[in-house]
Amino acid sequence: MGNLIASELSQAWNEFARSFAHLLPRLLAVLIIVVVGWVIAYLTKIVLRSVLRLVKFDRFSERAGAAQLLNTAALPSASELLCQLVFWLIWLGIGMAGVSFLGIAGLQQDIASFLHFLPKFFVAVLIVFFGMLAANFFARAALLAAVNAGLPSPQLLSLSLKVVIVVLALSMGFEELGLAQNTILIAFSILFGALMLGLAIAFGMGGRDLARQFLEKRFSERRAEKNKASDLSPL
Amino acid sequence: MADDDILSDDLLRQLISVGEVDILVGLHTHNHAETVGHVVQVIRDGLLKYFPRERVAIVNADGGSQDRTIDLVRAVSISDVGNVSTIQALRTMHIVSTQYSGTPSAGKAMHIVVAAADLLRAKACVIVAPESSEIQPEWIDRLLRPIFQEHFDFVTPVYRRHRFEGILVTNLLYPMTSALYGRQVREPRPAEFAFSAEFAGRLLGHELWTADAGRLGPEICFTVEALSDGLRIFQTFLGPKGRLEQSPDLVVALRQTVGPLFWSMERTNSKWSAENQTQRVPTFGPEFEVTSQAVNVDRKRLHHMFRSGVGDLQDVLKSILSPGTLTQLQHATTLDEDKFQFADELWVRTIYEFAASYHHEVINRDHILQALAPLYRGRAYAFLTQNSEASADRLEARTQELIQSFERSKPYLLELWTAKERGS
Repeated sequence: MGNLIASELSQAWNEFARSFAHLLPRLLAVLIIVVVGWVIAYLTKIVLRSVLRLVKFDRFSERAGAAQLLNTAALPSASELLCQLVFWLIWLGIGMAGVSFLGIAGLQQDIASFLHFLPKFFVAVLIVFFGMLAANFFARAALLAAVNAGLPSPQLLSLSLKVVIVVLALSMGFEELGLAQNTILIAFSILFGALMLGLAIAFGMGGRDLARQFLEKRFSERRAEKNKASDLSPL
Repeated sequence: MADDDILSDDLLRQLISVGEVDILVGLHTHNHAETVGHVVQVIRDGLLKYFPRERVAIVNADGGSQDRTIDLVRAVSISDVGNVSTIQALRTMHIVSTQYSGTPSAGKAMHIVVAAADLLRAKACVIVAPESSEIQPEWIDRLLRPIFQEHFDFVTPVYRRHRFEGILVTNLLYPMTSALYGRQVREPRPAEFAFSAEFAGRLLGHELWTADAGRLGPEICFTVEALSDGLRIFQTFLGPKGRLEQSPDLVVALRQTVGPLFWSMERTNSKWSAENQTQRVPTFGPEFEVTSQAVNVDRKRLHHMFRSGVGDLQDVLKSILSPGTLTQLQHATTLDEDKFQFADELWVRTIYEFAASYHHEVINRDHILQALAPLYRGRAYAFLTQNSEASADRLEARTQELIQSFERSKPYLLELWTAKERGS
């Protein structure tokens, strides 16, 4: 009996030792891959940072209004954010590819899915980032045009445009990720539809008189302004 | 665009058949049928009267007129010269007309005229605005004579204007260019002007033709080029300048003038930063003459648009102006109409900060120019209110004071200009 237990224990130990000996080089390989991945990601970050500095990416993002946006959200500069994003994407990608060498059943499939997801995630982030830039740019253009045309509530007009573009960019980003496609699409449709319907109702029914007064005032003001402007040229 | 490309094959053929000329008259038109016939006739009369021995070509660069502009220009041919005028031309007067493709643009038209002047080896070139209904034959003589006889390079006009017309010129373009470049040119963005063959040669290879600023407002680029290169500039009094039939929208006016001025400042940084003293430019006739008839101006609206503009554009102005300047402007919005002031120092600081922000491209450059419009309205309101009873001499004295303010603040502009990062 004692011999049997000892033999079983010895066999179990041997199996454990064999499995461990089998796993150890793989663990070591994963560790090396993770370290090499970190080095590659870090070097890429350094190179990318220099390239972005060379092409004055931060100035571009400042001009486009992204810097202001990131500042408000207490985030680092656009170039730093992009460098960090690339760093993590590369390191995680290489690290995950390394982990798949461990040969753990089920994990490989998850890792493959994750690696498949990474480029989409990167594209989605880019879509949202450029969407935000476009939203800022067009919102500012609308604000300036509305102010100089003397339109009422220019900030509301600008904000509405910004919201529509941001929601559009987010919905495109989520669509790229394949997350809650229908929900986002429906939410966007509802928001956009509601906005248009609201405006239609406001001008068409609820604010019929107000709309008429506004338009009359607007056109008569324009006529008057034109006459006055022609009397006093800035040039 | 290469200089060869700006002249179409058809135009090139017409110009080659003209041969060399002494004088080239440039006319940029776009739907000017109402005035262009009269203008071309007066130009022709002026040339016949004052330059009968010179070989002349009138080059009309048209931006795709849909009315009878082109026909009216072509109708003034050599055949009717003898019938209308008592003076006979001793040389042939050619009229060449061309329509360029694309959007009507002063820059493109000027480029065609300058390239044609260079090709035809014109000794002098004069540009005339097609809407100048007040034009007299003497204008041609007064613009061209200094180039022919006294070898000046660039001749700009002095007009008799209403004292409140051209506030953008009197409050920004004239004092700022004077302070920066050291010579007082009354009309930095002239509608009529003349230049020598040497200056045409310099302009031909200029980068202004490919820039937005040059496309929109080449005239002010010409002036800055002449000022910064130390060319011989002359001013000539032309008389009353008729009110523009269609006053340009304020934002359009800013794009055509302030944008090109800020753009030119970048190219000539080393020149304006070294200038210290302002000199007067030799002038024929009075240096300023104003009229005072009543004008219909909605001052209330100017004040309202300044107040609402500063309020609504707070975030945009924050990225252009320093906190101190913005605070002062915001304080000005709290003042009642009768107590409202927009002091020279504040105006100069504002303009210099806009110029530096344009240089550093803190936001889109066109947005910077648009953001200036409400502030200009505030300044225009203050100018109209403070000078409602001022005499012509008092107005002139105030303009000179403004030039001095621009001069005094030049070190501040230099500091902003050279700062690598905003806020440093």
